[in-house]
Amino acid sequence: MDSDHNPVNPLPEAPGVTGTNGGVSVDRTDRMVIRFAGDSGDGMQLAGNRFTDAAAIFGNDLATLPTFPAEIRAPAGTLPGVSSFQLQIADWDILTPGDRPGVLVAMNPAALKVHLRDLREDGILLINEEAFDERNLHKAGFETNPLEDGTLTGFDVHRVPMETLTKEAVKGSGVSGRAVLRSKNFLALGLLLWMFGRDTKVTADWVRKKFGRIEPVMNANLAALKAGYNYGITTESFARQIEVRPATLPPGTYTNVNGNAALSWGLVAASVLSGLPLFYASYPITPASEILHELVRHRNFGVKTFQAEDEIAAAGAALGAAFAGSLAVTGTSGPGLSLKGETISLAMITEMPMIIVDVQRGGPSTGLPTKPEQSDLFLAVWGRHGESPLPVIAASSPSDAFEVAIEAARIAVKYMTPVILLSDGYIATGSEPWRLPDIASLPRLGVPFATGPNAGDKFLPYLRDLQTMSRRWAIPGMPGLEHRIGGLEKEEGTGNVSYDPDNHQLMTDIRAWKVANIANDIPEVEVDDPDGADLLVLSWGSTYSAVKAGVGNARRKGAKVAYARIRYLSPFPPNMPTVLSSYDQVLIPEMNNGQLSRMVKAEFVRPVISFSKVEGVPFKFGEISAKIMEIAGR
Amino acid sequence: MSYTRVDFQTDQEVRWCPGCGDYTILAAVQNFFAGLDIKRENVVFVSGIGCAARFPYYMNTYGMHAIHGRAPAIATGVAVANPALSVWVVGGDGDFLSIGGNHLIHALRRNIDMTLLLFNNQIYGLTKGQYSPTSEPGKTTKSSPGGSIDYPFNPVSLALGAEATFVARTLDMDRNHTTAMLKAAHAHRGSALIEIYQNCNVFNDKAFIQLTGKAERYANRIDLVHGQPVVFGADKEKAVVWDGGRATIADRNSVHPSQIIVHDAHAEDASAAFALSRLAHGPYGPTPLGIFRDVYRPVYDDALQEAVTRSTAARGSGDLGKLVTSLGTWTVE
Repeated sequence: MDSDHNPVNPLPEAPGVTGTNGGVSVDRTDRMVIRFAGDSGDGMQLAGNRFTDAAAIFGNDLATLPTFPAEIRAPAGTLPGVSSFQLQIADWDILTPGDRPGVLVAMNPAALKVHLRDLREDGILLINEEAFDERNLHKAGFETNPLEDGTLTGFDVHRVPMETLTKEAVKGSGVSGRAVLRSKNFLALGLLLWMFGRDTKVTADWVRKKFGRIEPVMNANLAALKAGYNYGITTESFARQIEVRPATLPPGTYTNVNGNAALSWGLVAASVLSGLPLFYASYPITPASEILHELVRHRNFGVKTFQAEDEIAAAGAALGAAFAGSLAVTGTSGPGLSLKGETISLAMITEMPMIIVDVQRGGPSTGLPTKPEQSDLFLAVWGRHGESPLPVIAASSPSDAFEVAIEAARIAVKYMTPVILLSDGYIATGSEPWRLPDIASLPRLGVPFATGPNAGDKFLPYLRDLQTMSRRWAIPGMPGLEHRIGGLEKEEGTGNVSYDPDNHQLMTDIRAWKVANIANDIPEVEVDDPDGADLLVLSWGSTYSAVKAGVGNARRKGAKVAYARIRYLSPFPPNMPTVLSSYDQVLIPEMNNGQLSRMVKAEFVRPVISFSKVEGVPFKFGEISAKIMEIAGR
Repeated sequence: MSYTRVDFQTDQEVRWCPGCGDYTILAAVQNFFAGLDIKRENVVFVSGIGCAARFPYYMNTYGMHAIHGRAPAIATGVAVANPALSVWVVGGDGDFLSIGGNHLIHALRRNIDMTLLLFNNQIYGLTKGQYSPTSEPGKTTKSSPGGSIDYPFNPVSLALGAEATFVARTLDMDRNHTTAMLKAAHAHRGSALIEIYQNCNVFNDKAFIQLTGKAERYANRIDLVHGQPVVFGADKEKAVVWDGGRATIADRNSVHPSQIIVHDAHAEDASAAFALSRLAHGPYGPTPLGIFRDVYRPVYDDALQEAVTRSTAARGSGDLGKLVTSLGTWTVE
């Protein structure tokens, strides 16, 4: 049986232990994948997030995968309008939101149509049966009713009259008319909480906090939640509960966080640790906008956010703020990174610190705005005019984004260079439990401020620290340090405009060397290779969870396989040549057409097996382990 | 400590073409700063690309010569990050009105505290003579050998339409007028745009001859002065009056004094200023110079700074420990 078990932990007991709870059978399992699916107006993201919180506070390990359409409200009841939220909960250290759900909540025929093919053969289906009328069936493309025609044979099907139950429950709440049915996601949630033996307290507290100001809505949601829960208790058709016990995670304090929030917090932390005020400029774009939404809430950290007129202006404003002495960040997604390119080159040649966050999505062009992809790697590393190298680093999970944001700031400031930080839609919207770091022990970030003249009584803006080759940062307001910088090539040292051929060669070389030298200031790649393998699997970014789980799975099937993840994509970590030459074969799974594979081949002249896909969904760990087994010839 | 003009000069050789109008503007600006009570280290000049955009290299302040069109956006970042700085943006008609048009209008509408000097020479000079977004229709250039078919912007009308709180127009040849406009713009908190008619003696010489020529200027130069009736001509024999909602020119003798428009630069409503800006669509015939509009509106950079201050006062300085636990936590023993 496949599992995405973390290989450092022993294999858990096989699931399927059955007990009873007052006549209701209780199936104990080590993990369960649950998917909420419905119309984009059905509140599935909310239901999923609430269930996630309840599971997290209960102590399960978990990972989530929200999936929503690019349209805010695609026509109701249609296939493009289906929104879903998947999570896996477990009593051990899982890494992924799971491959195939064991429980599927389908709020309408379209949701069933889209998601049924993923449901496990023994899966449980919770169906909002009243949505299965002729009109909705037609919109979803069903010729006959799947509830009646045998389509669902073999599944554990529960048809629930969710609309009637919701209407009954919310009577007297003060909500009326069509608004009544808006609470049906809470009904489904209540039922699911019962199924998993969780009480409704965590969710009810949240509802009171969130909707306290709109009392009728609060009451309706609480009533629906309770009604769903009670329906589980009283309805004889529900003779089955599922138990997933708390996970044994390393001791510590945990929170459940998504990647955009963790990244935002990392930027705030970098501001505190460097003493530089944070300035974040951005133009609304999915899936990066949430960073702007998050940061605007933290002005008491001195954070200034700026919603610019376009992507170019956002990059420009960030560069201006950097010149004025801020920790300057601009955030975007793929198309926006293209637009910011010219400004990033200016930041590069002027040698100004700046962070550019790219929350990658499916491309090219508008592509798949709400789906993850890793196809901006080339753009980040190479996508600028002129010789314009700069550091590129990538987050590999939601909580990792916190640390990576601080690291991006450390490099940007220490080396006076723009840094591109890659995240993606999977990391941005997915969440996982995060063991909180000891805030007090986070290292302070040094800032190479100019403090006075550096050449007699003059200040020369392009004199360098010979260790880092970084120039000094002179902030407007400092008397005696007045200077001009610009996009024209400048003379080494003075920074004056220079068209001298030798100087351009020198400056181009210095800028490249400065960035390449950062390799000596970053950690080596760590390889996990317990068995002396011949095959190394290399991941970067969000494929981390599926690749690590897939490697663990392949090992349990007997494969010898080593695993490493790369955070630093430009420059690569210093031990990359040694690592790569230690293995006969290198497999690189990526959500693109093999971009890292080509970079590794080109830079290290090593054969690489590229395993790539761009389907708008993360790799399943099963795909990774199958690929490993195929290469291993098993 | 008081400065002289020399304090604002740099050791860089000024490289505009001999006879370029930019020289007189640079001298006017340097002299103006020497007379100000402002510390040199608190001044930042930002520019885009073009002949005018070389300006920061010649000003001994903080400065950035950036990329084409983006100077207002970059300067926005400077001003917002540190509202205590005096931020100046220099660009030409191509830089501000063509490639950077979007940034210009948004900086004006937000009322970012910065002064924008638009050197309008009605031509692309640095790229050696193509028609620009302010070139007159029919203009023959390298890129319009048969005459330009592009209809030009009226920069003052554009700025007023973009909700600018300060808009003025001046001439490179008139240093006293230029200095007066710089002074008023500097005194204005918020975005201030000064359109400076600037002669490009190489690619578009004498474009402003109707306003600078000894023979023509008295007939064509309409000096706007707040609180004064709008009259012009060698003997002030012309007047600007309302005609069915638009401003028009009349013989002063033919109208009653009460019909003459009294210029109100501080009017809340920009309609009258806009009407005056429509008297000429370029430096042809009678053209208004001076301050069209100068009103107060809350300034973006101040408002954002206040929001930060307020939030900090209300919630206390940020605490990272509280931030990372703000979504709720649980403990594993």
